[in-house]
Amino acid sequence: MNITQILVGSLSVITLFSALMVIISRNPVHSVLWLIVTFFSISGHYIVLNAQFLAIVNIIVYAGAIMVLFLFVIMLMNLNRETEPQKNKWLKLAGVLSGGSLLLVIVAALHTGDIKAMAQVKEGDIGLIGTLGKELFSTYVVPFEISSILFLSAMVGAVVIGKKE
Amino acid sequence: MLLNIYIDWAFVLEKFLLVAVIVTLSLVIAMYTTYAERKVAAWLQDRRGPNRAGPFGLLQPLADGGKLFFKEEIIPLASSKFLFILGPSLAMITATLTSAVIPWGTSLHLFGRDISLQIADVNIGILYIFGVVSLGVYGIMIGGWASNNKFSLLAAIRGASQMISYELAMGLALIALLMMTGSLQMSVIVKNQVANGWHIIYQPLGFLIFFVCALAECNRTPFDLAEAENELNFGYHQEYSSMKLGFYLFAEYINMFISSAVMSTLYFGGYDIPFVNEAAWNIDANLLALIGFAVLMAKTFFFLFVFLWIRWTIPRFRYDQLMNLGWKKLIPLALINMVVTAAVILWLKK
Amino acid sequence: MQLTQRAKQVDRRPMTFVESLYLWNIAKGMWITFTHLFKKRPTINYPEQTRSFSKVFRGLHVLNRDAEGRENCTACGLCAVACPAEAITMEAAERLPGEENLYREEKYAAKYEINMLRCIFCGLCEEACPKDAIYLSQTFAPANYGRKGFIYKKDELLIPHPVNDPQGYQKAREEKSGKVK
Repeated sequence: MNITQILVGSLSVITLFSALMVIISRNPVHSVLWLIVTFFSISGHYIVLNAQFLAIVNIIVYAGAIMVLFLFVIMLMNLNRETEPQKNKWLKLAGVLSGGSLLLVIVAALHTGDIKAMAQVKEGDIGLIGTLGKELFSTYVVPFEISSILFLSAMVGAVVIGKKE
Repeated sequence: MLLNIYIDWAFVLEKFLLVAVIVTLSLVIAMYTTYAERKVAAWLQDRRGPNRAGPFGLLQPLADGGKLFFKEEIIPLASSKFLFILGPSLAMITATLTSAVIPWGTSLHLFGRDISLQIADVNIGILYIFGVVSLGVYGIMIGGWASNNKFSLLAAIRGASQMISYELAMGLALIALLMMTGSLQMSVIVKNQVANGWHIIYQPLGFLIFFVCALAECNRTPFDLAEAENELNFGYHQEYSSMKLGFYLFAEYINMFISSAVMSTLYFGGYDIPFVNEAAWNIDANLLALIGFAVLMAKTFFFLFVFLWIRWTIPRFRYDQLMNLGWKKLIPLALINMVVTAAVILWLKK
Repeated sequence: MQLTQRAKQVDRRPMTFVESLYLWNIAKGMWITFTHLFKKRPTINYPEQTRSFSKVFRGLHVLNRDAEGRENCTACGLCAVACPAEAITMEAAERLPGEENLYREEKYAAKYEINMLRCIFCGLCEEACPKDAIYLSQTFAPANYGRKGFIYKKDELLIPHPVNDPQGYQKAREEKSGKVK
């Protein structure tokens, strides 16, 4: 057992725990905060995999911007125990059933699947900024440009919706 | 199973010492920035400023800190206690985290070791700063929400939207800089400036945008919308008292110090001594590193002074003016700056 | 109708892009505050330094004694009559045998009070006094926690005894003549 394994292990525990807490916590603000913890531990995984760029972008974009907007919305909606809707018993049962079957499918897929590529701990360089940039602008230039056009149209759409009133 | 861990203890000790020194340094400097703030404010208004505690009032920050420590601690009943405490702690942590990637000087040679005066020379240095800055929002948001006070909440929302808006322009201004250096590593950026001249010569507009955004990110006047006294009482830290309030105020000063250091590193050559070629001097490398550190500090203090100077000159923006400036002025300017820089670089390479 | 030549038409044209960056105006403002760094500061370090009063400054009242230490006041009441703020009250008493070293004349003020909250320090009492018994010094009333503290009795108003406390008497005389700031 070396340091990397200890790191990966503890990070995974933290990730799973905080992800569970996202679902379990009753206060939605706490949920969001746990989700931020989850993002941080995932970024930790990226760093262990020597993908520092992905790690930091994950923090900037998800923890730094998107979760702030989430927090915004939840704080303004003022969700608390009184406003929590009464859930149907059957609805809960359906949720458990569908979630359970999804878990079953995933486990089955992973069980039979043949995992060839192991995680490249500390040696892979695909997550470094130089390599990633070159890959994005050579091999994956078409998907990259298409996604940027998608974002642009989303932005224009948002502006149009905002301008209507 | 045996724990087979090899740790270079000397390395760990060295980094630990460096972290301790830099954090202490930034705390002390932040402490004395509060004093400088009051002194500069007084001078700009033809007053004298604090001069009672110790010679020239130099012990004033200690007196202020002591006062804050011994004040009664009040946690509002209707607040959520854990988040209420988490808010100022987060503000403080994110403020101190940034200093890790700033190269404070070249390396020292002590005890046969090469000790770099940079805690972590990661290859995503600028993005790291960016990430930590974007987390600075949480201190304000969580504190403002946990106070369970509508003014605090309004201020938190204002602060958060302001920070997110200005981060964009800041990032775009930085991209132009990165195109020139071709690296995100702070040490490479500084070395590039030592070799080719400071970036302020090539990127004056970029620097201006970066500077304005740094003011906004630090919640400094004229962008201190989050603590607008006359609209929101005291903004996000209205319910705070004692050292928790102190932490919020202190974090602001640490942020100021760090962003001054970042500006001097990115645009003003970092530890580069201006107008001379220090490599030609025949002096001890250790001495040279210390001189470089002093030069960086001098630049940083200059920017700190500018921060204070601006605070006591320019009145606060109105909220719509703030958003207009951010989205309709700074971002287009930053985009133009980026495109022009890219075009010039391409043209030069041809 | 134009009263002065300084009236200026307000420019209400919308700002151009460059103007709306506020750069030039900010630079102007920064320059103004910067010049203030080098201006002389009018503030003084108060308890250590004090500003000098003019020679005709009218401060707290002093009840005078003659060179032997006898009180000048005869409780004639002219000062109280002259006082526009009605701040002075007194009670007269007759000098008994054996008190000749205390009071200069046969009648004296057994009680003499000035309400410093009412007093407007106009100095009319000093002018009204035929006996040179009251004058206004160069000091002002210090702060106090209650209203009662501002009603000055005889013991606070009287000048120090010239025989028993020559130094205090000398100091008070100098303050009167305006030698000490």
